[in-house]
Amino acid sequence: MTEKYTMPDARGHFGPYGGMFVAETLIPPIQELNAAYQRYLQDPDFISELDADLQHYVGRPSPLYYAERWSRELGGAQIYLKREDLNHTGSHKINNTVGQALLAKRMGKTRIIAETGAGQHGVATATVAARLGLECVVYMGAVDVARQSLNVYRMKLLGATVVAVESGSKTLKDALNEALRDWVTNVDNTFYIIGTVAGPHPYPAMVRDFQAIIGRETKQQCQDMIGKLPDALVACVGGGSNAIGLFYPFIEDESVKLIGVEAAGDGVASGRHSAPLCAGRPGVLHGNRTYLMADDDGEIIETHSISAGLDYPGVGPEHAWLKDTGRAEYVNITDNEALEGFYALTRMEGIIPALESAHAMAYTMKLAPTMRKDETIVINLSGRGDKDMQTMAKREGIEL
Amino acid sequence: MSRLASTFEQLAKSGRKALIPFVTAGDPTPDFTLSLMHEMVKAGVDVIELGVPFSDPMADGPVIQRASERALAHKMSLTKTLALATEFRKADQQTPVVLMGYLNPIEAMGYEGFANAARRADIDGVLTVDLPPEEGEQCAALLKERDIDTIFLLAPNSTDERIQKMSALGSGYLYYVSLKGVTGAGHLNAADVENKLKQIKAITSLPVGIGFGVKDAETAKTISSLGDGVVVGSALISKIESNLDNPERAKSEIIGLLSAMRQAMDK
Ligand SMILES: Cc1ncc(COP(=O)(O)O)c(C=O)c1O
Repeated sequence: MTEKYTMPDARGHFGPYGGMFVAETLIPPIQELNAAYQRYLQDPDFISELDADLQHYVGRPSPLYYAERWSRELGGAQIYLKREDLNHTGSHKINNTVGQALLAKRMGKTRIIAETGAGQHGVATATVAARLGLECVVYMGAVDVARQSLNVYRMKLLGATVVAVESGSKTLKDALNEALRDWVTNVDNTFYIIGTVAGPHPYPAMVRDFQAIIGRETKQQCQDMIGKLPDALVACVGGGSNAIGLFYPFIEDESVKLIGVEAAGDGVASGRHSAPLCAGRPGVLHGNRTYLMADDDGEIIETHSISAGLDYPGVGPEHAWLKDTGRAEYVNITDNEALEGFYALTRMEGIIPALESAHAMAYTMKLAPTMRKDETIVINLSGRGDKDMQTMAKREGIEL
Repeated sequence: MSRLASTFEQLAKSGRKALIPFVTAGDPTPDFTLSLMHEMVKAGVDVIELGVPFSDPMADGPVIQRASERALAHKMSLTKTLALATEFRKADQQTPVVLMGYLNPIEAMGYEGFANAARRADIDGVLTVDLPPEEGEQCAALLKERDIDTIFLLAPNSTDERIQKMSALGSGYLYYVSLKGVTGAGHLNAADVENKLKQIKAITSLPVGIGFGVKDAETAKTISSLGDGVVVGSALISKIESNLDNPERAKSEIIGLLSAMRQAMDK
């Protein structure tokens, strides 16, 4: 890929992927959003307000931390962690919600809705809504409400209404369906903050642009700390926002390997997983064409993952494109492997990662030993593990 | 002339409006849907919209969501919906059948494979909720080559420009979604519909069917008088849902409601 990377095209296509596959009622608000986004992206006042929020409210730049002990232990490449877990609210999700909330304010919208899986995006949305004094409704699958109850409580504390979605598989995809239904009903005053690089155009491009701060900082920090580009970037992929945020500023740097880690649940061969790029097929869901977990009839298959934030049958269309072109590589990690990654980082570095991020840790444990000691891996530590304490304790048979 | 075009032409000549029921194929069983289709024709409906069940019906309210779930519980699919339409056609060569659903089952079959299968099943029109004209040209062209109409949705917030686009690319009829919301919603406003229909009619010469939120005979009469036909879905399907232990009663309640609508509309 020697040419300049300019995806998506004006209509939101990444090659055959992406696009704007929605019911007619949503076309006008999506066009309105796209116009606002194109305009404010160029607007110096908007950019400086966003930068100030990212610095003073989110706490950016997030550190790039050299995991010296873990690197030595694994005996190969040097490992650096991009500390998105240290952001306000504990994950990368807030980079995007701060940006979209500023847009909502500029557009005069008074009501915010969101979908959430692990609850991190829901918390990040409820947080910015509280700060701007906007009404906030978060849709969350009933299964996720149960396994991420701490985040449900946080959202409620922040003044959001959390709606438990009982339809379909009662997880993230169903929360997205329900949020779309809300949006279609309340288009006039409502801004839908999608939490990942999925949905109809312009969401995949817009969320990427808000998350790309991760990669831009990483590039600068690598320059400052090691004086060169890293050799590989590793990030977990649910919808794909933390991964694309890290990858995007490096896409034209061909020497840098981009590796996305999907959730293999009980193992890809078992069929019980959430790895559409590794084991799915192209189709259309939630407004875009991408790789999906679907059966021969085109019905969406239920997904499985220990981490609620990766439990999604689709993936951002840009990842589909990066896979097909070979620019990025997508691998998968099972629940059990992710747990090993979780314990390793906790014990080796004193950092408890989110179960989502633990998938990236687990893959790095396989990758690093195959690389030379003078090579460098940057892992996106997309979130902290506080929200997963109940899940982990329960697995260990401990009542909290 | 297509079945849809001639149906609307004959209705217009006799000064009547189209009564268009929507039912989900295979809810609760394919046999039920087949016999219901024939009985609805006897009750005086003009076009049948046959819902293709989908796992993630994003534009539908709870009633039609659950209809999809009931159908999918016994593995109803696009292929089986086409088989159902083929069965129906054996005994009824008059009544137009329109498939209504979401894009992914069609993507899985492939556009060309789908267009061929729809032709073989003698389908008259295809309405795909999440396929707006921007993304839908290829599919519409393949269907048109096979004399199948593509029906587009119009919404309360559709601009003149979009109405024009849909009018140019669509055929058979246009489906006006009468409110901002999902199917089965309860906030239909006749005055709003009347205003919007004036705007739409000034732009298109295609017939306009109006749906979403029509629950009783009076509303069917009022709403249909504003366009060329009325689509009724959730009100029928809720009768299936409330009589799951007694399909014959579900059928007779549906026929009762449709007959009342027909009478009110023809008065
Ligand atoms: C900490 C963390 N990482 C990753 C994800 C997955 O989302 P994405 O793939 O969009 O980064 C989530 C989603 O909830 C999350 O909370």
